[in-house]
Amino acid sequence: MSAVDAAVEVTVNRESCCGAGQCALAAPEVFTQSEEDGLVVLLDPNPPAELHDAVRRAESHCPTRSVTVR
Amino acid sequence: MPSEPVACPEPAGPSGLSEVPLRRTCPFDPPPGLAELRAAEPITRRVMPLDGTELWLVTSHDLVRRMLADPRWSSSLDGGLSPEQPLHVTQPEPGMFISMDAPEHGRYRRMLTAHFTVQRMNRLRPRIEQIVAERLDAMERLPRPVDLVAEFALPVPSLVICELLGMPYEDRAEFQAAARVIVDMTASPEQIDAAVAGLAAHLAKLIAAKREEPDDALIGELIREGALTDGELVQISMLLLVAGHETTANMLGLGTLLLLHHPDQLALVREGAPGAADELLRYLSIVDLVMFRGAKEDLTLGGQEIKAGEFGLASLAAANRDPALCEDPDRLDVTRPKTAHVALGFGPHQCLGQNLARLELEIALQALLRRFPGLRAAVPLEEVPVRENAAIHGVHSLPVIW
Ligand code: HEM
Ligand code: SF4
Repeated sequence: MSAVDAAVEVTVNRESCCGAGQCALAAPEVFTQSEEDGLVVLLDPNPPAELHDAVRRAESHCPTRSVTVR
Repeated sequence: MPSEPVACPEPAGPSGLSEVPLRRTCPFDPPPGLAELRAAEPITRRVMPLDGTELWLVTSHDLVRRMLADPRWSSSLDGGLSPEQPLHVTQPEPGMFISMDAPEHGRYRRMLTAHFTVQRMNRLRPRIEQIVAERLDAMERLPRPVDLVAEFALPVPSLVICELLGMPYEDRAEFQAAARVIVDMTASPEQIDAAVAGLAAHLAKLIAAKREEPDDALIGELIREGALTDGELVQISMLLLVAGHETTANMLGLGTLLLLHHPDQLALVREGAPGAADELLRYLSIVDLVMFRGAKEDLTLGGQEIKAGEFGLASLAAANRDPALCEDPDRLDVTRPKTAHVALGFGPHQCLGQNLARLELEIALQALLRRFPGLRAAVPLEEVPVRENAAIHGVHSLPVIW
């Protein structure tokens, strides 16, 4: 689409994560929740273009702003 | 019928500019006046009509999210809903983490998150489906009209919590009866106190039994993990019960009523529209003007200087109908992509049980509408008894026929 969609780098912060699971709901291909502690686990830091909308949704829906997309 | 908002009575004139508008004139919509405030003064000084507390009322999506995500706003508050108990700072019981701040809040929350993940909740699906099917069977055997609230909306979530906690079958009737009193708006304070004490005793007995023989349900697992005292386990179980019962019950009752007024949307939910639960949560915002916070230090929000010790109140309903959140926010559209709604809160306290809530709503509404394709209200909208001034919006009863 545009330059925004060229490549993204996703990072997560397990310190601030509260395990709400909004990210896993928005983009299950990219985020999951650990079976051990329920906190975010990043499956794919460089998701393909078709998932960019979903990871941006995860970024905006995360209640603790623990997902960053650059 | 087109999917327009139901024709609701015209808003009554603003009852004194300085009060928080609390009363919904339509059970589905935020109280009149909040939309105007959101546009003109999204953070503004107001007084609570219930207890006379002065506070900052926050109504825009952006500012509500900022406030709820900001650790300088404390959750350790109580009262605010009656003149006898004005809003005040409190020291919560060990385990009652909804009223705690970092770092105590995080300690408890982190012990629980693994038990509430999307994956883990999905494993409860067959049991929830079975509970729902059994309630529908029971409804079918009753003479019509049937009260959907008493026979379906209330028992389903309380049975699901029994399942989650690992309550033995033989104890569930007693547990449900006590839970029912706690969420009953017409119960007296004495009745509620007695029910709470009864439940706490019941839970203490259950926890003692699980210490002997821990099973794979939540309490058993928390006991095996070994970090919580019995007192904490009682408080956590009570919190899960209170937070997960009345909320889900009211979503089922009010959500069904809303869908009955939007037959096209009802058809989509029956067919399994995947985003229906979140759109119903957004549209109804059943938890609204009870989201109190207290400033722990001086801060600014939306250009206003807030002093340490002042209180704030987030209107989740106003935020969820903010045009900045989604297109046409006053239209119910179960097919819209999931919005960043705040019906489940925002920040570190965002609903722990949200993935269970989504699952329960999806399973229960779909099964209800499939079992009774001709479902309709037995009385007109105006005659459905609405929970006035309740902390959680909903209906007392909903007589239905099919
Ligand atoms: C179906 C509708 C539900 C709604 C609308 C709802 C709404 C909310 C909201 C708005 C909060 C935030 C409170 C705050 O920030 O002060 C919250 C927190 C919470 N909810 Fe829910 N909830 C629902 C269902 C459930 C269920 C099914 C459970 C569990 C079985 C549950 C357990 C909790 C707990 C434990 C908290 C406290 C979390 C914390 O403080 O970290 N909720 N809920
Ligand atoms: S949405 Fe945010 S808080 Fe929730 S699990 Fe994902 S990263 Fe953690």
